[in-house]
Amino acid sequence: MSTSLLSVQHLTKQFAPDAPPVVHDVSFDVDDGEIFAILGPSGCGKTTTLRCVAGFERATEGTVTLRGRTVEGPDTHCPPEARGVGLVFQDYALFPHLTVLENVAFGVQEGTRAQQTDRAREALDMVGLDGYEDRRPQHLSGGQQQRVALARALAPAPDLILLDEPFSNLDALLREETRQEVRQLLKDRGMSAVLVTHDQEEALSFADRLAVMRGGQIDQIGTPEAVYDRPRTLFVAQFLGRTNLMLSQAEGTAADTPLGRVSLTGEASGTVMVSLRPEHLTLKPPEADAGPRGTVVDRAFKGHDITYRVECDGSEYLVHTHSRVSYAPGDTVCICPRSPAVVLERRSTPKDVPTGATPDPEEV
Amino acid sequence: MTPARALRTIRTRWYVVAPVVLVVGGVLVPLVYLLVRALQAEPHTLWDLVVRTRNLRLLGNTVGLAAGVLVGTTAIAFPLAWLTTRTDLRGKGLLTLLGVLPLAVPGYVMAYVLLSTTGSYGTLAQVAGVVWPRLDGFDGAVIALSLSTYPYLFLNLRTALQGLDPALEESARSLGYGPWQTFGRVVLPQLGPGFLSGGLLVGLHVLGDFGVVSLMRFETFSYALYLQYTASYDRIYAACLALMLLALTLAVLVLEARLLRGLLLHRTGSGTARASRPHRLGAWRWAGYAFGGGVALASVGLPAATVGHWMTDLAAGGIPWDRLGTSLWASVSASAPAALLAAALALPVAYLGVRYESDWTRAVERVAYLGYATPPLAFALALIVFTLGAVPFAYQTLALLVTAYALHFMAEAIGPIRSALYQAPPHLEEAARSLGRSPLGAFASVTLPLVRRGLLVSVAFVFLSAMKELPITFLLAPIGFETLAMGVWSYAEEAMFAEAAPYALTIMFFSACFVGLLLVRERASTRVATETGTTAA
Repeated sequence: MSTSLLSVQHLTKQFAPDAPPVVHDVSFDVDDGEIFAILGPSGCGKTTTLRCVAGFERATEGTVTLRGRTVEGPDTHCPPEARGVGLVFQDYALFPHLTVLENVAFGVQEGTRAQQTDRAREALDMVGLDGYEDRRPQHLSGGQQQRVALARALAPAPDLILLDEPFSNLDALLREETRQEVRQLLKDRGMSAVLVTHDQEEALSFADRLAVMRGGQIDQIGTPEAVYDRPRTLFVAQFLGRTNLMLSQAEGTAADTPLGRVSLTGEASGTVMVSLRPEHLTLKPPEADAGPRGTVVDRAFKGHDITYRVECDGSEYLVHTHSRVSYAPGDTVCICPRSPAVVLERRSTPKDVPTGATPDPEEV
Repeated sequence: MTPARALRTIRTRWYVVAPVVLVVGGVLVPLVYLLVRALQAEPHTLWDLVVRTRNLRLLGNTVGLAAGVLVGTTAIAFPLAWLTTRTDLRGKGLLTLLGVLPLAVPGYVMAYVLLSTTGSYGTLAQVAGVVWPRLDGFDGAVIALSLSTYPYLFLNLRTALQGLDPALEESARSLGYGPWQTFGRVVLPQLGPGFLSGGLLVGLHVLGDFGVVSLMRFETFSYALYLQYTASYDRIYAACLALMLLALTLAVLVLEARLLRGLLLHRTGSGTARASRPHRLGAWRWAGYAFGGGVALASVGLPAATVGHWMTDLAAGGIPWDRLGTSLWASVSASAPAALLAAALALPVAYLGVRYESDWTRAVERVAYLGYATPPLAFALALIVFTLGAVPFAYQTLALLVTAYALHFMAEAIGPIRSALYQAPPHLEEAARSLGRSPLGAFASVTLPLVRRGLLVSVAFVFLSAMKELPITFLLAPIGFETLAMGVWSYAEEAMFAEAAPYALTIMFFSACFVGLLLVRERASTRVATETGTTAA
């Protein structure tokens, strides 16, 4: 605990006494130099959590600690300007009446005017925008504005930087490139950051660790690999990408599923819902007799891999294979699990979830 | 909000709370005080004061004048609005300008112009030898008020006509209605809301007017209030008259809200889809030009010519620059601080309304608009009664006059500041906070520079409005303090038309600046609207 830079404990936020909490009992820690992401659908309370950390919302309950100093608690509220936390807004919030350099120098309040300007120039240099000092923000492209916003937040050398959906206003191509640049920049300087996003790909590729939030609560915290491969709840399994769900009978470390007997990542017993990602399944010719048979419904060729939709016993499954495994719609195939399946937490799984592939998380 | 939290808010946000308290208190307390004082009178005395035939006559005169002016302004504004939006007439831009320009001629200047033009000593008699019967009383008041207030109705009707979806008219035509039937059954009903909001402005002007009715010697509530105040100073009766005038104003406001609610239900949501096809006037074009020219001649040409005539008349004997200079300085010394105060008060009110929209903040803004809608004589009288009773040392000071101007005209300052605040989104202040600025510091370094233009426009609006204000100045000015407006009024009142001319000319200059500012703003806002419209498309 003492080593963590930011510690959020039991944070709860209600906007009115009789309204349901927007954030409910949320706890997480961010270490020095760590990039942490809060991932969730819109309205899940992720931005409110961020604003509580920044000091723009007062917590109803719980504490926020920065380097061991309590900045938000039952009787404490440190105003945003005294927290030493940088913030990058979704719409960048650049000051339209100031030049790029003046924007970046805005938060640098120590030292002489010349020293302030130097710091600002350094920050601009860092984001690769030297030469743009005298422009107005409205005359820059979206990607450039984004980098000015980042430079402005970095210039006062804050302990922690908060990023509120900072890439969502960029077009798809620019988004991925900028994301990598920003991550590299933060890592080079050993900065800690908290990113809030609804884009699972962004969270998985940007963060060292991430929390998946739903309905004001955190469902799971872990490394991107852990959360993706071993989702704890149905929601996490669905939100991080498509998966195949199967109602199964578990006994020890194996379970009888509609796709035959499958080993499990942990012990379980009784009726459970298990999840197998499409890439954890593969297809074999029917004569192999290695698993239950199904019929290929549709295939989507994506270069290095192929996604098949396979119908088996009234349910449809998604299977990712590499592109050398080639079948045509109508072919009969065997579906074979390649990895152990994950047992989803029972209490967060509704009774009526159908067996088979889940819909695209973008459309949920 | 718990009392402890309320107290903390007051302590930490005093710079917002204090102006809001001043606004709400400044407008409401005198009015309530006036009511309380009036109710202190013996019940039967009060009964006698309120229920007398004179009051009934005053009510009839006031309502009659309002109705007459509504008819007069409609007769001018409606054809003019139609001509400038729906026809193929050339020079529509010029005609539109002429439809707005009369705002540069305050009602009392128009009354002075009409009085000094007609009659056996008037300009007409002197220049052309034509003795036109002297225009005064009801006819004179209706004409003077109609000519000086029709732009309010014109602007509203014009906007309404431009906002009509031509597809509706085309549908009616395709369903078998002729052009006239379509006009009557489709176009006219849709103009209702625009007509009501324009009519409300005209109505409030008539109820609040003092200059025209006093010069034309037509007994309305305002004029009776003035006579009561100057002649006998029966405080209770004056208070009763003020309260009856207030009640009438409230009735008009409620009536307008009622009617508007009924009409808005019928309005479709569509905006301006495309411009409608202009009507070909053909030979009727000349009638259109004649109408526009006639209106312009009466509302702008006549005042300019008349004032010019009397100026040359006066110049022969030498213009009294000293007195004019003293009056100009008096006007400026009251209007300039009032403009700054009004903007300073309007800023927190507008800020609260934009950033923390709630029933509370809306109520605060309503109060500010109530201060504007309250008939100025009634408002001034309430302030007098209140200061004499509660803070007698403030009575007849310049500070009281400045405060009264600021509270009355603040509504004009709120609009420009509001629209400027929409250009400064709250995220900017939050960004400044996260970069180490205090709440007040963030406001000063980010929001204030962005709303500076809006603030300047607000200051200008209030300054120019206060420069031509008459009734409040009349009641609240310190002894020996004479503004330009009072100069016009008192000379015109004594039929010293030549002596009034330089004052009228100066007033018209400041009013013309007001109109210019209005037009520049109007143009800027339509430009912004079209620009955002094209980016959205």
